[in-house]
Amino acid sequence: MIGVRSSEMGALLGFAERQLYVYRRYWVWELVWLFYSIVSVLSIGFLASGLGALGAEGGTFDLRKAQLYLLIGALLWGYLSLVFMEAAYAIAWERWEGTIEYTFMAPVRRVTHLMGICLFAIVYGLARTFVVLLVAIAIFNIDFTHANIAGALFVLAASMAPLVGLAILTSVLPLLSPQKGEQMSFAVQGFMLLVSGVYYPLSVLPLPLQAAGWISPLTYALSGMRTSLLDGATVGDQLPTAGILLAMGAVLIPLGFGVFTWAERRAKRLGLLKRSG
Amino acid sequence: MSVPAIEIRGVRKAFRRRERDAHAPWWRRGWKDTVALHELDLTVAPGGVTGILGPNGSGKSTLIRILGTLMTPDAGTAKVFGWNVVTQGLEVRRHINRVSVEAAFFKELSPWENMVYASRLYGAVSRGTRRRVVEILEDLGLPRDVIDQPMKQLSRGQQQKVAIARSFLTAPSLLLMDEPTTGLDPRSKKEVQAVLEKLRAKQDITVLLCTHDMDEAAQLCERVLMLDGGSVLADGAPDQLCARYGASTLEDVFMQLTGKTLEAEEMVEVEV
Repeated sequence: MIGVRSSEMGALLGFAERQLYVYRRYWVWELVWLFYSIVSVLSIGFLASGLGALGAEGGTFDLRKAQLYLLIGALLWGYLSLVFMEAAYAIAWERWEGTIEYTFMAPVRRVTHLMGICLFAIVYGLARTFVVLLVAIAIFNIDFTHANIAGALFVLAASMAPLVGLAILTSVLPLLSPQKGEQMSFAVQGFMLLVSGVYYPLSVLPLPLQAAGWISPLTYALSGMRTSLLDGATVGDQLPTAGILLAMGAVLIPLGFGVFTWAERRAKRLGLLKRSG
Repeated sequence: MSVPAIEIRGVRKAFRRRERDAHAPWWRRGWKDTVALHELDLTVAPGGVTGILGPNGSGKSTLIRILGTLMTPDAGTAKVFGWNVVTQGLEVRRHINRVSVEAAFFKELSPWENMVYASRLYGAVSRGTRRRVVEILEDLGLPRDVIDQPMKQLSRGQQQKVAIARSFLTAPSLLLMDEPTTGLDPRSKKEVQAVLEKLRAKQDITVLLCTHDMDEAAQLCERVLMLDGGSVLADGAPDQLCARYGASTLEDVFMQLTGKTLEAEEMVEVEV
């Protein structure tokens, strides 16, 4: 039993290490993506600055707070979408490289496979977001003196559980449809961006979209981190939010693995587990 | 009596596709079954090389994919060293490895990076892995500097050698080889065949070799099964088959049994 656990742990690290090797080889592309992430976040920051130039400032409108609100949304969305897409592309990536058959023939549990990919995505996403954050702080003089960083990190950590569950659910799509699955992953990500309150409060959305927003874990992750970074909510204040996120993770992770197992069986029955689909 | 390396009973596999009849309107499409394997029975004892011969579409790759747990049969049972490929897939995967027609590697990664990844998946990483990888690759005639170059810079023959080395690194009990020399130039083909013989001499292993190269089968296999249209046409040692059908080569045996040559079958496949 211990031997099996140790070999699964080795395989988990193997998947994370393989991703590291692949990213190292594609380092120029990663620089391009980093540039894109920085540009995206800066655009949102300057959009907020532009609101002041357009006369939005004054009265109860706090331009500084609005800018921080949008920047936090952009930074977190950059991070969450990276983790989401890395895990969601776990299968699509194997198909592109032509290794899907080899990986699925390895004596490794699927939970190990997918968790190994998620592990790398989380670490890499944090590193990349940290770089973008440093650039944003330097350009916009972001003031975190009222922020409670521990509270924000606490919510961020809790948000990983439902995010991983959602990502595994999405990674099923390329198994169901080798040709259209990847594009469907983008559609899911776009919908999450729309309903999760990344750049605006949920209250501005029509009711049906608000309802979708309330069941999106990203809504709670973003709202929780904003209250810590903007209003100084402490770890204690964030317990209810973290509880919701962990409860969502407790549902979404087993659901994700259950759906993945079903999709893998279906793919084996239909002969879809091959590079060309 | 030892457990068979492979035990297949009544395995059948068909693929359902939605197709439109030639003169049917565009919206009317019906389900059609293409049978890849017909009620296949096969027992392979541990050790030795068993060849599965047949043209494209004969069911060779389907058989390999079922044994590799990449596909489930519609009916029948398939076992590898007593483990059921459907219900005990993880156990089966611990005992097998595969070399396919396309070397399945991360092309941007080096042979070393690909092999250490494979070793981790198979729980075969240890302190001396790098030394062992270098030894195996040098033994196969690959230059030492190749080990850290991206796979995409290697020739196909070199990639197939690395693929074989990778499979042996994980010490499988059953090696599934799906047309490992198809598409290689004659020299690379000979080299890859020599590599297989060399590694087999060092390691006790059962090999199931799918090929449509009759000469390769005659050279490497102790036993040969001829498949066509998902059914077994003949089963025996290459010499026995030639003697049984009064033929000088396995190609002639296949022609006698089917009335067609493998080359002709390949042409038909290409035209389709």
